Amino acid sequence: MFLPSHFAAVVLFALFASVVFGITQRETPRRMIHYGIYCFVLFVGSAIVLSWLMFLIAR
Amino acid sequence: MATVANKNAAGQDSQQGFVYLPLIAGWLVPGAGHFLLRKWGRGALLSASILGMFVVGIAMQGKLYAGAHDILDLLGLAGDLGNGLLYVVSRAAGWGADQVTVTTADYGTRFIVVAGLLNVIAAVDAHNLRTGRKT
Repeated sequence: MFLPSHFAAVVLFALFASVVFGITQRETPRRMIHYGIYCFVLFVGSAIVLSWLMFLIAR
Repeated sequence: MATVANKNAAGQDSQQGFVYLPLIAGWLVPGAGHFLLRKWGRGALLSASILGMFVVGIAMQGKLYAGAHDILDLLGLAGDLGNGLLYVVSRAAGWGADQVTVTTADYGTRFIVVAGLLNVIAAVDAHNLRTGRKT
């Protein structure tokens, strides 16, 4: 049984999804890599921002 | 002009044979559609990502939807079916949890559903490559 932390789960999800998005949504390898990195940063960044927002709202 | 002629020739070539084979193969086995089109690198990355997400979901004790009792179950089942043979094999082998009991199992369930949806995107991409809509 694999029990990752919430953050590790977010990073794994972002990594797998970003690879697929990068390859399928762009045509050239260079643009695929850029778009994959862009999606990864958005996934992880938005999770961190929303987590802090929920933390501040709950206080 | 030469470029247009080449594109037309490529378009005609790409229409020969059964154009839905990469779509179906890609749905049944993640990355297989790209392998059929000799896109080895893309196929390997797609296969690793989709298989990885599915395996992590199973390892997190994620639930495999077996039936549709309400609309959310129906959506979950549709997502799971996107995994193709992975879903069939996993059901036959009895992998995955019947009920979600821990938080990570809830995440695992989402991982499995999203792996199926990503597999559908990858299969459609293989179809677009086959028809010449994408290069």
